[in-house]
Amino acid sequence: MNDNKPILRYNANERTNHWVVAILFFMAGLSGLALFHPALFWLSNLFGGGPWTRILHPFLGVAMFVFFLGLVIRFWRANFITANDRLWLRRVDRVMRNQEDGVPPIGKYNAGQKLLFWTLLVCMLILLVSGVVIWRAYFSQYFGIGAIRLATLLHALAAFVLVLSIIVHIYAGIWIKGSVGAMLHGWVSRAWARKHHELWYREVTGDKTPSDHRRKEG
Amino acid sequence: MASQDIIARSATTTVPPSVRQQEQVAKLIDTTKCIGCKACQVACSEWNELRDEVGHNHGTYDNPQDLSAETWTLMRFTEHERDDGNLEWLIRKDGCMHCAEPGCLKACPSPGAIIKHANGIVDFNQDHCIGCGYCITGCPFNIPRISQKDHKAYKCTLCSDRVSVGLEPACVKTCPTGAIVFGTKDEMKVHADERIVDLKSRGYDKAGLYDPDGVGGTHVMYVLHHADTPKLYAGLPDQPVISPLVGLWKGFTKPLALLAMGAAVLAGFFHYVRIGPQRVEEDEHPTPPDDVHQVDPAVHVYDPTKPGGQGEQRP
Repeated sequence: MNDNKPILRYNANERTNHWVVAILFFMAGLSGLALFHPALFWLSNLFGGGPWTRILHPFLGVAMFVFFLGLVIRFWRANFITANDRLWLRRVDRVMRNQEDGVPPIGKYNAGQKLLFWTLLVCMLILLVSGVVIWRAYFSQYFGIGAIRLATLLHALAAFVLVLSIIVHIYAGIWIKGSVGAMLHGWVSRAWARKHHELWYREVTGDKTPSDHRRKEG
Repeated sequence: MASQDIIARSATTTVPPSVRQQEQVAKLIDTTKCIGCKACQVACSEWNELRDEVGHNHGTYDNPQDLSAETWTLMRFTEHERDDGNLEWLIRKDGCMHCAEPGCLKACPSPGAIIKHANGIVDFNQDHCIGCGYCITGCPFNIPRISQKDHKAYKCTLCSDRVSVGLEPACVKTCPTGAIVFGTKDEMKVHADERIVDLKSRGYDKAGLYDPDGVGGTHVMYVLHHADTPKLYAGLPDQPVISPLVGLWKGFTKPLALLAMGAAVLAGFFHYVRIGPQRVEEDEHPTPPDDVHQVDPAVHVYDPTKPGGQGEQRP
């Protein structure tokens, strides 16, 4: 198993699903931001004006949620938080400085990725439920004004957290070279897998070579 | 009509065109003089060319049952039993209150869809309306309605078209008992005071003016016989305010949130500039020695510092 063949990290369906969600996130996000603050109302021009932005936004949001569920079904098992993840989180400052000493080896996802996963799921659920309540054309008539006001506030809050999380997610992709490729064409090099996701690397390759981390830690 | 007397404009962070000074106007609705004839409803419908669907009788005098995109004003009838056992018929002409601090305008995301004129009239500009219904969310009086025909929000304009050319609103012109009067806000307060003195002299000790401070005062005011309990009048809010939830949603939090998003992007950029990317050096974890056989001897680099002379592939 010690050849230099790259490893398939995401298959074609997973990649497609991810990018469908990403495209829908950008469309729902930009149309939502148009209504979020007057400074961004010009974004409504991207969708054919204010009324079209208002019409399209909820459909884009629901589509994003549905496709996101696909990602959840595929990846939720790999995102359980373990004791190892807590150690990783305590040492996240070293991770941020590109220092690997003392950073525990991780599986398919590190604690940051796992937290992102659960944060996105919670945000998407809040956005869906609150979004239905404030969807004036079809559903708002079934809810009281108190519920609509609360839902409106929660919708903006969840959207804010979601956008922040995705900014972090996108930057992590730019920062960690090789990860965008993993999601674009699916393949990562063995060295990449060993460096960033050692336990996952050993799981998928059966490689028992002593790890870098252990040698450095002594 | 005039575009130089706009003192507030929805979703606008700069000062709107507002050089033209105008006196504040108000409509005063005296519930104690109202006989519930609904002439004001008809006048509104006529002047504004609104024809709501003919509804059904639901066992009350309210007709139609509620405000709609085609019904901008509505008489709401309440049968109230007084402490002395007498029955009292409280009739309130419902419609936009034209708040000095309009919740609809605060909530509206579309620039210029809701404007407040210097004379106090809060007007919807349907041409800029996107139909989101946020004005309904923001309104403390449950007034705006979205039309099912064009998905725009509508409400009483205080006949801004008539007022701008010196006429009184249609409902005022038609009211047969003088229960609805129109003039400057100061005049209307004086008129209300006179009415209240009269009402008190006739046993209505709690008579008073409804001009709630919570929304900065309104440009539609009521004279109520029971000003201590406005709720009696078909749920007129005792102390209307823009909901704190709406305040939080549309207040300082939004610019802060925008700032935070911008800061997150900048933080990422400067992390990249200062710390730099994480690259995998493909030879960081040398492959086992047997792989050396695959290397072309022509590009084999000999490193004398390394014992065993292990070759390195050119990166």
